[in-house]
Amino acid sequence: MIEFRIDRRSGVSTYLQLVHQVKQALRLGVLGVGDRLPTAKDVVAQTGINPNTVLKAYRELEREGLVEPRPGLGTFVRRSLATPGVAEDSPLRGDLLEWMDRARELGMGRDDVEALFRSVLDKRF
Amino acid sequence: MLDVGFAVRANGLGVRYRRGWALRDCTFELAPGTVTALVGANGAGKSTLLRLAAGLQRPTEGVVEVGGEVGFVAQEKPLYRAFTVAEMLRFGRSTNASWDQEYAEQLVGEARLSSDAKVGSLSGGHRARLALALALARRPQVLLLDEPLSEMDPVARETTTRALMVAVAETGLTVVLSSHVLAELEGVCDHLLLLDQGGVRLAGDVDELVEGHRVVVAARGADFGDHEVVTSREGERQITALLRLVGPPDLPEASAPALNELVVGYLRAGEAA
Repeated sequence: MIEFRIDRRSGVSTYLQLVHQVKQALRLGVLGVGDRLPTAKDVVAQTGINPNTVLKAYRELEREGLVEPRPGLGTFVRRSLATPGVAEDSPLRGDLLEWMDRARELGMGRDDVEALFRSVLDKRF
Repeated sequence: MLDVGFAVRANGLGVRYRRGWALRDCTFELAPGTVTALVGANGAGKSTLLRLAAGLQRPTEGVVEVGGEVGFVAQEKPLYRAFTVAEMLRFGRSTNASWDQEYAEQLVGEARLSSDAKVGSLSGGHRARLALALALARRPQVLLLDEPLSEMDPVARETTTRALMVAVAETGLTVVLSSHVLAELEGVCDHLLLLDQGGVRLAGDVDELVEGHRVVVAARGADFGDHEVVTSREGERQITALLRLVGPPDLPEASAPALNELVVGYLRAGEAA
């Protein structure tokens, strides 16, 4: 089951944070087709956020065709966003791990790696 | 859940004191199950509005209606100082037909209030939590809270807002809470009601309000087209402005404000006016 983490100071609205976190989980394969999302009450008990915000995020995910509510049962994943490249054993992930190890050997910190990664990312995508 | 279409509805609501109008021409409607942040500068009319909705005060003009059982916790948290926590609960039970004793005990336990502690010996934060527990245990449909978090430490705020949100999730409770602690409201409130000098200056769904505004840093003298400048601060070369979007958001360099920025922007505009 997905665990949400809300950053109150990020400036990103709570409902968008929930949407992003579900999509991230769908991309990484943490959530797959048929998995149930936590109920609004579960999320509220876990995070203390407003249940209406949770329902709004789920409606948005439903609108995008990613999840579907089943009355009386909960909200279920309808479509995965996982691509072969992100799987735990994919060659791409292996290459990236190696690359990051090399960066660390060169004495680069997390911020340096992130800056470099972002600049290349922005160039290509 | 309420079976009428609104939880709180005000129409042309106004109150005049000897020194002038504390509230004037207030018209708004809050839907059942919503959690509304009531914000405004000191003296903007927040407490007056809550007292009117609670039925503790009569308006000079207009009406305010509440669609269901109403609970109210005033800023002063009126409790009997000589009572113990357990005696306060017994008092609540004997004076309220809808009293939920199990829930009251659960809330008091979560607040780590010992049942034989005298109310007068409790800290401000603990008294606030006891007052809130007493209000919630009456199982109201609309709960009005005047500055419920102001005297609490961060942990107490977190547990208190969580208890409130769980009640909303479980029972569809409608909450209106006034607060100065804006950062605590992000993720807690879904609607905003901003009072300025006794009038409603801004009202609506928080996300929609945020998306309808932009914060932009631009060169001095920049042209913002049709967008309305709510407030702006001028530096030596640059200007930081909060804009209310009029038409499509054709401002590539701008970002949507945080709830906090939005509220402070409007309050600052009110001060300048």
